[in-house]
Amino acid sequence: MDKVLREEPEAHGGPLGCRRAANLMEVCGTHSHAIAQYGIKQLLPQGVRLISGPGCPVCVTPVEIIDLALAIARLPQTTVTTFGDMVRVPGTDSTLSREKALGRDVRIVYSPMAAVETAVEEPDRQVVFIAVGFETTAPMVAACILEAERLGLSNFSIIAAHKIIPPAMRALLQSGEVRIDGFLCPGHVATVIGLTPFARIASEFGLPCVVSGFEPEDIIAGLRGLLRQIDDAEGRGENAYQRCVKDKGNPRALATTDQVFEATDANWRGLGQIPLSGLRLRWAYSRFDAERRFDVELPTPREHPGCSCGSVLRGLVQPAECPLFGAACTPTTPVGPCMVSSEGACAAAYRYEQ
Amino acid sequence: MNEIITLAHGSGGETTHRLLSEEIAVLYASEAQWDDAAVLAAHERIAVTTDSFVVSPLEFPGGDIGKLAATGTINDLVVRGARPAYMTVGLIIEEGLPLSVLRTVLRSLRSTCDEAGAAVVAGDTKVVERGSGDGLFINTTGIGVISAAEPPGAGRVAPQDQVIVSGYLGDHGVAILAAREDLPLQTPIESDCAPLHDLAHCMLQAGGEGVHAMRDPTRGGLAAVLNEIAEYAGVGMNVDAQAIPVRPQVMATSEILGLDPLHLANEGKLVAFCSSQSAPKVLQAARRHPLGRHSTIIGEVTPGPETRVTVRTSLGTTRVLSMPAGELLPRIC
Repeated sequence: MDKVLREEPEAHGGPLGCRRAANLMEVCGTHSHAIAQYGIKQLLPQGVRLISGPGCPVCVTPVEIIDLALAIARLPQTTVTTFGDMVRVPGTDSTLSREKALGRDVRIVYSPMAAVETAVEEPDRQVVFIAVGFETTAPMVAACILEAERLGLSNFSIIAAHKIIPPAMRALLQSGEVRIDGFLCPGHVATVIGLTPFARIASEFGLPCVVSGFEPEDIIAGLRGLLRQIDDAEGRGENAYQRCVKDKGNPRALATTDQVFEATDANWRGLGQIPLSGLRLRWAYSRFDAERRFDVELPTPREHPGCSCGSVLRGLVQPAECPLFGAACTPTTPVGPCMVSSEGACAAAYRYEQ
Repeated sequence: MNEIITLAHGSGGETTHRLLSEEIAVLYASEAQWDDAAVLAAHERIAVTTDSFVVSPLEFPGGDIGKLAATGTINDLVVRGARPAYMTVGLIIEEGLPLSVLRTVLRSLRSTCDEAGAAVVAGDTKVVERGSGDGLFINTTGIGVISAAEPPGAGRVAPQDQVIVSGYLGDHGVAILAAREDLPLQTPIESDCAPLHDLAHCMLQAGGEGVHAMRDPTRGGLAAVLNEIAEYAGVGMNVDAQAIPVRPQVMATSEILGLDPLHLANEGKLVAFCSSQSAPKVLQAARRHPLGRHSTIIGEVTPGPETRVTVRTSLGTTRVLSMPAGELLPRIC
């Protein structure tokens, strides 16, 4: 496929041919990143656009979650653990990296299990893990909760801010703000939940939904599937990532998540409140809920007034169209989360396309 | 009881004297001058560089902070075409550091200097309270002698120059990350930490004045070096993603963590910018050297004034290679 593309990268009707204009949304931030990294937009036929969607966990985490983490980090004898990207996302009045520089105990971990280990090693400290992410990270966090329970830990808790992807895709379609002619669906999420939830969206809305992996060839294959369906006026779920994705996903991961978490309404940055789009701890595990454990006062959440992240996450605005992009907002001085996260649409555009 | 560094070692009294004469002395040649300043002979043009080393952990697969403190400064000298001659060593030691660790570090610092022909001629040792340092900080200053009439320098880089890298990129960055975070890697990766005096010498011998500039892509990796030189020399660069040597396990680890191997640090690699006439000879010389076996031409310098660094991807498309921004942070999923 490589060779064909190189020989006729701009040929209309080539490997990515399509007879009509189309807006395709790549739901997942890792796709946005790979698309920019490999210059895949340069291969699209005229009239076909790729729009980044809401699949960046750091980006869709609303400011009140950051504020909660900041408030907990300021408590005595408390350690806040997090995946890396979160530390630079601005909350209402600070960032976790700023609090760390001021002496609060904020630690970057590579796996939630490291947070559990910290809680075991430092029994005098309250260890809190900021659990953001999608269906992909939820099983790991659920396994950590089960482990914390097995160990009888009373000094471990999580800020439960996980989100689930299909409700957000539905919300975007129902809002009708952006014309979406097809979804390039996230391969990692589909590895866990399977093709079925995406196929269901496809049949509900008569919209092509193709699950794709993350190598450049995978993405090309996914886009090709989408454009073929559009050309043939079809709208079905299609699996272009068969080496990883099964129809029913990973039943064990799903069962672990389901044992610990239940669906709840959740607030998404940019998309607002979406019914049953988040995960909260089931009652039996609610003692691991940091929000219940710590009585902290939170400021009225406030985002930078000029930040377009909300519109970028809904596909209304391309990163470079934001007035702050590349000027007030860069990866070194990010104003919004889409410029912070390595999966954010603005960070990808700044890094590879500017 | 294990011996450790205490504040007394920094007091200036008897304990300090013993630390200097029994431990730190290992750094110095026997004819070292125990005066307040070293007197050096200099008849030629000299190159000077200084660097501070704050790596955690102090020992890592493939090296330790001592080896790093020597190679970092030696490599900064050799990429300017200088032969390392002298070195100064400043140690800031945190109270509580096991003496055994200090000994290991000093030994590897000394042996790396010996290997490159640099004599440690001056130094300083301070001890700080527990909590004020990360075990051990080292500053080294290197002095090198330049014999070439026109030594390599970023200002000489010109359009059509070929860009050569001397081997696999990102090894040091991943080795440190894995050691610091205890990452369970299936294939352990060692730091490439090595003094490059001999490799640089061979490449300069082969290419002569056709070697316009050399850099060691340490912190910030290849991406930082290419962008810095492009900006300084007022030129662009275009490199081929598929030509850039990165080990599969470094690529895989970077992908999992959401890092770009071209942003990761190297401590034993050179990037050379050579005229197109000299490039084949320089490449051949590098490949004959054990530290340059995997050398390859990755791209070329393009005319300014656009100082953009671009990458040709495996799909035949083009993208920008930007400077790394801030701390390298692992991603979420």
